[in-house]
Amino acid sequence: MAGDKVDPTHQFMVNKIIPIEIGGVDFSFTNASLFMVATLVVAAGFLYFTTSKRSLVPGRMQSVSEMSYEFIASMLREGAGSSGMKFFPMVFSLFMFILTANMIGMVPYFFTVTSQIIVTFALALFVIGTVLVYGFYKHGLGFLNVFVPSGVPGILLPLVVSIEIISFLSRPISLSVRLFANMLAGHITLKVFAGFVASLGTLGALGIGGAVLPLIMTVALTGLEFLVAFLQAYVFAVLTCMYLNDAVHPGGH
Amino acid sequence: MFVTAAYAQSTTTEGAETHDAAAGEVHTETGVAHEGGHGSGVFPPFDSSTFASQLLWLAISFGLFYLLMSKVVMPRIGGILETRSDTIARDLDDASRSKAEADAAIAAYEQELAAARARGNAIASTAREAAKTKAAADRSAVEASLNDKISAAEARIAGIKATALADVGAIAEETASAVVEQLIGGKVSKAEIATAVKASAK
Repeated sequence: MAGDKVDPTHQFMVNKIIPIEIGGVDFSFTNASLFMVATLVVAAGFLYFTTSKRSLVPGRMQSVSEMSYEFIASMLREGAGSSGMKFFPMVFSLFMFILTANMIGMVPYFFTVTSQIIVTFALALFVIGTVLVYGFYKHGLGFLNVFVPSGVPGILLPLVVSIEIISFLSRPISLSVRLFANMLAGHITLKVFAGFVASLGTLGALGIGGAVLPLIMTVALTGLEFLVAFLQAYVFAVLTCMYLNDAVHPGGH
Repeated sequence: MFVTAAYAQSTTTEGAETHDAAAGEVHTETGVAHEGGHGSGVFPPFDSSTFASQLLWLAISFGLFYLLMSKVVMPRIGGILETRSDTIARDLDDASRSKAEADAAIAAYEQELAAARARGNAIASTAREAAKTKAAADRSAVEASLNDKISAAEARIAGIKATALADVGAIAEETASAVVEQLIGGKVSKAEIATAVKASAK
């Protein structure tokens, strides 16, 4: 068990809590599932109960909920225009879910849902899938204009279009890997520095003195990680808005 | 999904190295626990055996979250914000209407005040005029009565003076006849004496 505490990747292990198997596929309720549900409960519960009074003059907590609402609303309006506002519930849900998952992951011994590539990739595919489905549904083949920037000389067009296609295809990967890698790397770094503190602490007086440095580092990194946890949720939401803009206005580069 | 076996392997090695640096002597122990705990040596996030379960539970929790957000929470927050902006707009309207009313009331008050002041001035000036004319009338009445009294007094003085002067002639005549009787001893006629007195009085 002593080893578990300093293994920086152990925290990303998915352990079965209730084994479920359907048709030979493992759908077990795991610690990852538990924290997904916890994210749902915490985020939805916070937003639900802080706004339950519907005060005209908001209290502190109600202000937080209203601010996140208006924050995402203005982000989406700037990113995708007023016609993009039909995606408001989607962007808001994504932002709140990722933010809450990241923040819950900052609690020691808690599992970080967003440090699993499959989770972030699924969320990114959800975004890109929405863009594709809505884009083709709304504009038909005109959605392909998204690959043809206006004002490009004809001779460069094949090159530019192929670059645009590659960039479009890499979007789900970059969107998911960015969030995943940030959370993963941050948590590993924290664990490594915290591990230094523990292992140096066992080396006697000199070791305890030396452990102060990684301890300071751990504290500083924890602060940084909170920033990253917010920032990655923000970045995910901003990029979602930008991609949705393509679905709403395909030619409008 | 995007992870080749080789990459997963190298990631594991990296993880193990980091771990090695972190706590050397427990490496093997952890390694064993790691292998035993999961049955495969891959880096946990790239362990595809957990993908199906994670996707299912993500779909369930995020789907539920999305539903709650779009059906319950967001309409509610939107409603709160809308009610607030409506209330603020209405209050501002009320305030500007009240201000207009207050302005109108102030204007009416000013007008009323000016009218009252003008009326006051008029009343004051008529009162002043009336007082002045009454004073003038009183004075002339007093003056007239004084003049009457003066002229009556003057007339009486003149009467008294005339009687006095007349008495002076009689006394002078008597005195003159008595003086003449004493000096001369004879009688002088009254007419002579009167003539003489009149002549000397001139």
